[in-house]
Formats: sequence, structure tokens, C-alpha cells
Amino acid sequence: MIKDITIGQYLPGESVVHKLDPRVKIMASFVFIIDLFIINNFLGYIPVFLFIASAVIISKIPFKYIFKGLKPILAIIIITALINIFLTTGTVIYSIGPLNITREGVKLAGFMVIRLILLIVGTSLLTLTTSPISLTDGIESLLSPFKRIGVPAHELAMMMTIALRFIPTLIDETDKIMKAQMARGADFESGNLIKRAKNLVPLLVPLFISSFRRADELALAMEARCYRGGVNRTRMKQLKVERRDFAAIAVMVLLVALSVLSRFI
Amino acid sequence: MQKMIETIDLTFKYKNEDGKEDLCALNKINLTINKGEFVAIIGPNGSGKSTLAKHMNALLLPSSGKMFVKGMDTAKEENLWNIRQSAGMVFQNPDNQIVATIVEEDVAFGPENLGIPPKEIRKRVDDCLKAVNMEEFKKNAPHLLSGGQKQRVAIAGILAMKPECIILDEPTAMLDPSGRREVIDTIKKLNREEGITIVLITHYMEEAVDADRVIVMENGNIVLSGTPKEVFQRVKELKNIGLDVPQMTELAYELRKEGIDVAADTLTIDEMVVQLCQ
Repeated sequence: MIKDITIGQYLPGESVVHKLDPRVKIMASFVFIIDLFIINNFLGYIPVFLFIASAVIISKIPFKYIFKGLKPILAIIIITALINIFLTTGTVIYSIGPLNITREGVKLAGFMVIRLILLIVGTSLLTLTTSPISLTDGIESLLSPFKRIGVPAHELAMMMTIALRFIPTLIDETDKIMKAQMARGADFESGNLIKRAKNLVPLLVPLFISSFRRADELALAMEARCYRGGVNRTRMKQLKVERRDFAAIAVMVLLVALSVLSRFI
Repeated sequence: MQKMIETIDLTFKYKNEDGKEDLCALNKINLTINKGEFVAIIGPNGSGKSTLAKHMNALLLPSSGKMFVKGMDTAKEENLWNIRQSAGMVFQNPDNQIVATIVEEDVAFGPENLGIPPKEIRKRVDDCLKAVNMEEFKKNAPHLLSGGQKQRVAIAGILAMKPECIILDEPTAMLDPSGRREVIDTIKKLNREEGITIVLITHYMEEAVDADRVIVMENGNIVLSGTPKEVFQRVKELKNIGLDVPQMTELAYELRKEGIDVAADTLTIDEMVVQLCQ
């Protein structure tokens, strides 16, 4: 059971959004975030909203998953809204004791909430439609121009790959150690927080030791397979920018242009 | 015949923490393995088998003496990658030698390191997965495979580097019987059909029976060497070292003690049947 977990929140699919080059998707997410901060009035949100809505529909991601992504930040959204409502100065429209609600405050709160929601939906679309492996490949490729100034692009990507590879293995191992310790009378379930944290020690120590042993063996196996860092290394899967990627880039350019224009309305 | 692996007075001492050379893991080993041979190395724990295997891949370098792979001296830095490409190594724990999150990506890892062009890698990956009968799993995640399947993926990963020799360090020790059979059948097939030299280190005598030559090690020395029939009929010597013999050889040994005349070098059930029914 514990073996079947999915890493990250990737939802496999065959849509155009899924098939886009990961580099294009990562860059588009960045542009999208910046774009949200370019906009300074409600009208500017219309194209962004249309963009995100159509992207979600094209990707065939069920809306349920999109809302799930919003849940953890619900508290932040509410706090942002409240702070804006009560702490903005301007025309008072309603007072509760010492607190004043202003027209400008309500407007600003609405503006901020929309921005936050669009931000989360836009970025989670990236992780929902891109597998961790292609994300890693994309990051490696995007960082590779910075190798010259000492950014270890290949090494970072390799570390991410190995981490992803070993998450299920280590979860398995945790399960085994837990059962072994429970058979010896360990208790992971009762007591207060501090006590429970303390009880985790007999789980963590063996887990760490075995991870180091694994790391050692893996390093040996990698060396035996001629691994010598990223220099002169080729990749079987080549990232290729295709027509759909150019289309996506064009859409992003249009989106930014519209946002800039909306500032002058 | 071409020599694949040759050692001359190969000695290796593990260093203590304080830098003093201490444990002598290999003691003046002289061994030649020819191209295309299937050699099994057996011996009790701590006899130096794994240490010897690691020398064949230049993961360890001799303290004294020489180790040649395809005529290349492993002590010379410039030969390192050539040696590791020619003599691939498969380890005991399948989990700790698979690097990537997808089977085919892992098989591609070796050739990628060698800087092979992408198209050629693709072809090699497909061919090698076919050779170990794992092509239908090429898009799977390795952690969902069985032990035997993982180990076959590891073999494919080595095969994709086009080695002439594969060294397997107890590849079946962590597998169940069916996984063990899968791996051994794969190894035998590669030896027979592709002519790849196999050095198999094992604890299971049944696996050594199929080899061309069996080498027995104890305390860093080679104590016995010869065809399986020659080696295994020396039941008493093997037992003294703490090793087993194949079941049928043991049976033959016991029968001979009781005065029943069967050949001492009986290895397999079939041979035993033939002799008993004569």
C-alpha cells in the first residue's frame, strides 16, 4: 500500500499541456507570476483568467485537483483579505468598534485574493502536468547556461533524480524498521507530541545508517558504470522545442502585452 | 586464446583507520580468465572474492602485484574508463545500483556516461532490455519490480555499455528461488549467445555447476581451481573450508562411503539418474 504513493502531485495525461517542453512550462510559470504583478486593476485580470481557465480545460485536469491545491493556502488568503479590509485607509463604509472597513480596503482585498488564487492555480498547473523527471530535465537544461559561472546544473539534477528514485525505497524501509521496532515493543502512536518525537529516535537512527550504506553502495555502482559527472555526458532523451511550444510562447507574449496594456486603461 | 583478465601476484591489504596496513584480503593471486569463459568463484565469507571482483573493475587497486583487464593495467589512471567499460560489474543489492526512476532511463545511464549519441543509446537500451527479457517493463518504475527483475535491469544497464566481460558479485544473494533462476538463465544466455565473459561470485553451489571453471578461495588465496567436476568431487576439502557441494555430489559422496559405486564427480540430478539406473 505504502509503495504506491505518487511523488509530487503529477497527474499523468496526454494533453497538449502535458506534452509541452518542460523548459517552456517552467519559464511560462515564471512569466505568469511576473505578469500577475504587472496588473494593477481588475480589468487586467480578465485575459489572465481566460488564459488559466482554458489551460485547465485543455489539460483535462479535474477541477477537484485545482481546488485541492488551494486548500492549504486558504488561511493565507483569508488573513490577506482581512488585513486589507481593515487596515486600508479611505472612505469608511462600515465600522465595528475601533475597526473601520473602507471602500478602498474591500477593493484591495478582492484584488489581492484574486491575485493569490490565480498565482496558486497557475503554478500548480505546472506540477500537475509535468512529471518530476521531466521537471528535473527541464531545470537541468535551463540551468546549464549558468554552468560557466559555477552553477552545478547537472549535479543538482542528478541529486533530484536520485532523491526521487529512493523515496519509495526509503518509505519501504521505514515501514520495515517500524514494524521491527514495534515487534520489540516500540510505541509510535501514544503520548504527547514530545514523547512521540522521542519515540521516533529508534526509527530514525537505523534509517539514517542504512541510507548512508545505500549511498555508499550506489556511489560504487555509479562509478562502476563510468559515471564521472556531467562532463561529456550525453542524454538518451533530448528535449526538443516543437511547434506547440512556440504556440505556448506566443500565448505568453500576448498575455504579458495585454497585462501591460491594461495598466493604461 | 585471448586473455580477458590476468593477475600477477595480486595482493591487496585493507588499511586500518590509523593508516597502518592490516588485513591481507588477497595474497599473491595468480589467475587468468580467457575471453568467453564462464568462471564461478566460490568461497566462505571474508575469503576475498568480492575484493578480487572489485579489482577487475578497478574499483580497488592492488597494494602490490598487477591486475590486467584486456591487457590494460588497472593501476594506470588513463585506462580506468576503458576498463570499466570493458568489464562491467553487477552488485548484490539490486536496489542500490539502480539510479533512475524509470527502467529504460536506468539502462541508458551507462551509455550516457560514455557519451554515446542519443540515437545509438536508444537502440542499445531497446536491444539490451530485450536480451534480458524485460522489454515490456521499460516504462516501469524500478521499485515496483521484483528482485529478479531489478537484477535483470541492472544486467541490462551493464550490457548497454557493450562490455566484453561481466563480473557479478553475488547477484542472487537477495533473491527468491524464481528470481535466482531468472538471473542465472540470463547470465548463461549472455555467455552462450553473445560470447560475453562471465565471472560469477556466488554462495550457491548449484549456480557454479554450470560454469566452465570453478575457483575456490579461502583467506585471500586460491585453494582449488578446475572444472566443476574436478573441484566438487573433493568434498572433504570443500567441507573443511566451510563450503557445501552440490546436492547430487554430496549424495554420490555418501553413497561411495557406503560402498555403492557411483562416479564421484556426479553434479546434476540427470547424471545421478543415469548412473543409478544403469
